[in-house]
Amino acid sequence: MSEQQGSIAGRFSREAPAVDFWTLRLVEAHTERLSVRQDVLRPPVLSRSRGALVSVVEGEGAGYAATGDLSPGGLAEALRRARDWAEASANRALVRASLLPRPDAVGDYASPVGIAWEASSLASKIELLQGASRALKIHGHIVDWEAWLGHSRVDSLLTSAAGARISQRVSLIDPGLRVVANRGSEIQIRTGGGARGARQGGLEQLSPQGFPDEATRVAEEALALLDAPECPSGTLDLLLMPSQMALQIHESIGHPLELDRILGDERNYAGTSFVRPEMFGRYRYGSELLNVTFDPCVLGETASYGYDDEGMPARRVFLIRNGILERPLGGVGSQVRAGLVGTANARACDWDRLPIDRMANLNLEPGSSPLAELVGRVERGVLMDTNSSWSIDDSRNKFQFGCELGRLIRDGELRGLVRNPNYRGVSEGFWRSLVGVGNADSFELHGVNSCGKGEPNQMIAVGHASPPCLFRDVAVFGGGD
Amino acid sequence: MREAFYALADALMGELAGGERLLLGYRGEESDFVRLNQNRIRQAGHVARRQLTLDLIADGRHAMARVDLSGDREGDLSELRAVFLLLRAQRRHLPEDPYLSYPTEAPSSERVDDSPVPDSRVALQELIGAAEGLDLVGIWASGRLHAGVASSLGQRNWHSSVSFNLDWSGYHQGDKAVKGSYAGTAWDSEALLARMAGIRRDLAAMAQPPMTIPPGRYRVYLAPAALLEILEMLAWGGFDLKSRRTGQTPLLRMATEGLRLHPLVTLVEDHGRGLAPGFTGEGFTKPDRVGLIEAGGLGDCLVDARNGKEYGMAVNAAVGVPESLEMAAGSLPESEVPQALGTGLYISRLWYLNYSDRGHARLTGMTRFACFWVERGRTSGPVNVMRFDDSVFHLLGDRLEALTAERELILDPESYGGRSHRSALLPGALIDGMTFTL
Repeated sequence: MSEQQGSIAGRFSREAPAVDFWTLRLVEAHTERLSVRQDVLRPPVLSRSRGALVSVVEGEGAGYAATGDLSPGGLAEALRRARDWAEASANRALVRASLLPRPDAVGDYASPVGIAWEASSLASKIELLQGASRALKIHGHIVDWEAWLGHSRVDSLLTSAAGARISQRVSLIDPGLRVVANRGSEIQIRTGGGARGARQGGLEQLSPQGFPDEATRVAEEALALLDAPECPSGTLDLLLMPSQMALQIHESIGHPLELDRILGDERNYAGTSFVRPEMFGRYRYGSELLNVTFDPCVLGETASYGYDDEGMPARRVFLIRNGILERPLGGVGSQVRAGLVGTANARACDWDRLPIDRMANLNLEPGSSPLAELVGRVERGVLMDTNSSWSIDDSRNKFQFGCELGRLIRDGELRGLVRNPNYRGVSEGFWRSLVGVGNADSFELHGVNSCGKGEPNQMIAVGHASPPCLFRDVAVFGGGD
Repeated sequence: MREAFYALADALMGELAGGERLLLGYRGEESDFVRLNQNRIRQAGHVARRQLTLDLIADGRHAMARVDLSGDREGDLSELRAVFLLLRAQRRHLPEDPYLSYPTEAPSSERVDDSPVPDSRVALQELIGAAEGLDLVGIWASGRLHAGVASSLGQRNWHSSVSFNLDWSGYHQGDKAVKGSYAGTAWDSEALLARMAGIRRDLAAMAQPPMTIPPGRYRVYLAPAALLEILEMLAWGGFDLKSRRTGQTPLLRMATEGLRLHPLVTLVEDHGRGLAPGFTGEGFTKPDRVGLIEAGGLGDCLVDARNGKEYGMAVNAAVGVPESLEMAAGSLPESEVPQALGTGLYISRLWYLNYSDRGHARLTGMTRFACFWVERGRTSGPVNVMRFDDSVFHLLGDRLEALTAERELILDPESYGGRSHRSALLPGALIDGMTFTL
């Protein structure tokens, strides 16, 4: 919480508006992004964002207003607009606003930061990026290459008429590497160095993400993929590495379990879900090996926090245990509507959006198999690494995903690379073909930096941690016309 | 807004030292957003946001910042002066930027729509009344959008528009639904009622027992909104100069192997439509039209300021993806589509597309909303969602049979980071074979 936020909230609270209930959410974000593309530094971009969202309950109606004007007059105008909308919606509201929970928690959270962003000078960071860029350009067939480094620090303060006062500081580091290899009409793209998921913390998170050390490997693999055969087609065993498991979890577990989708809010845009309320507590989502947690407490993972943006304290809970579906991803507002126990996962992407049900950290818990054992169990299959393509139906059922890199597995041994590996399946059923889960040593933190949802639209970063997982009899195929 | 922006600009220009240049970009909105579910209000509110972009330049070096504005002139100036000093300090550590590009002789311009903002409460009342008995879900968005540029060379550009965008779905049950939209500048109750009558008619058709068709290749008609999904996917690297010069465009085979799309396919970036600002973020004036695909052959690329400098090309776009796409009409009357389709799929929308193989412009995606099986020119019933996986070189190439004579103007309802200025004017497409896999 910044000093200014405390002062603004204090004043707002002292002059408490005469409404049934109110919340004030103040957000201040500082971000910085550096990137070097083809050895040329792009102009550094820093961002300063500051604003407030006032929400009001009046009778059975609710309304909100977001403003960058944090003066007493600005917040009074926002309050007036929010109250107007509360009154206008009272007779037509989907949900009786008087039934919605009213947050009263007091607490705070801050991302642990080892090495502060400011501890390294701008010149040092640029030098790091230029070194990474040079390491990516290893051959004439590398036609585009880029290294980047981003940082954000978001301070938020949520207060309410019921006495809530929740202060949180989230610090994220977002590095990445990307190369494009081209020969003739063949295009191969490879990414690494943390490109698929920001981490909470400071510059100490760079090395664990392989930044910049993965540069040479990433470039070499992109080149090698130009010469690799197409991924074979057929019903094969599929070994997904954690960098692809993140996407598989995201699309075919995370989104279907979002309670606002199940309640129909997202049907016009992000879609609905094949999961129905009566399935919780009894539905076999996957094999006995499938254990999925909502865990906002993992050190360094993208979406850790102490409280969600509706003011509910966050804790680790199982969503799927031993393959059985237990609870949805639903914040307290959705829980009241559905009559289901959920999670503290109502999140807003910025100060000008209301919280909605989102993924935070959604993780597949480790099993007992070393990676070598998983490979050894495959007679004929493909290992796939790092998501490159994602598509799923609006009920989050029929999917097709592609990866940057594939590797054949024959008779329990890893063989050569294959390019353009894709697979398709149906969420209902796919997870029941899970036959092997990697152990804790193979468990990796990844995520999705830009998950879009909501009307008005919101883009947010989520975390997914997983070991490698082995699936039986999956429809696998390659590229080509 | 314009006066406040120009006043801030004048004050900041006074901070410049000798040899420094400053480019300022402004973006703002005052929007009502009302979410609906089951024809009831789910969330309702108002967003007011203003943002200034600064690009401080000297000796070929520059650093940039984006700052949210409060609207309080003194408070904003104080914050902006602090950021200004930060950029000046940063710049000393930066190498020269060989691709720095900004206009030195671009004209000032102004386009302001003074139309009144439609009354959200009246529109919502009429909508909910007209949709009584329907399971309607969607969003109402309305209000003013502003964009501006000011440079230390004296250039001033301003674009201010008023619009509303009502984007909704009417649900039958499960995932069986009909999508509708009504967008524009002036609210017309009769137009809403006409659209709602259409939704009720289409929902009646959706109530027939759904069919599940096996994977295979079928004749299809893609309505304009479905075709837009394919073109938007193609626009992901397909039309910008950098992607073409670095060999990563999905249209690469057109350059390397001489492939062509069907001669009916002509795509234009129609900046002249005027819904998006007529200037780029740096202040370059956009040309009225940029031909992207000309009668099936590669045309020009979209060239933003940075890529224009790198490759020595004139700037013709703010970004490398179309903002005002137009596809040339064909000659098939829309009323004759069922007969022309014969037996196959009538697809109103596609959803969640991505590449199966970028090098072959091969896409996958889903059908969504009203999708009907047509048998000998007669609609049989709705079809359960299907996944396609096929190449644009087929869909808009050797298998494209006809484009409709009528075109639909689609205003983008998206609001990531603010309400969108984008739009597209497209026909429908009759295709003799689309491959479905799941």
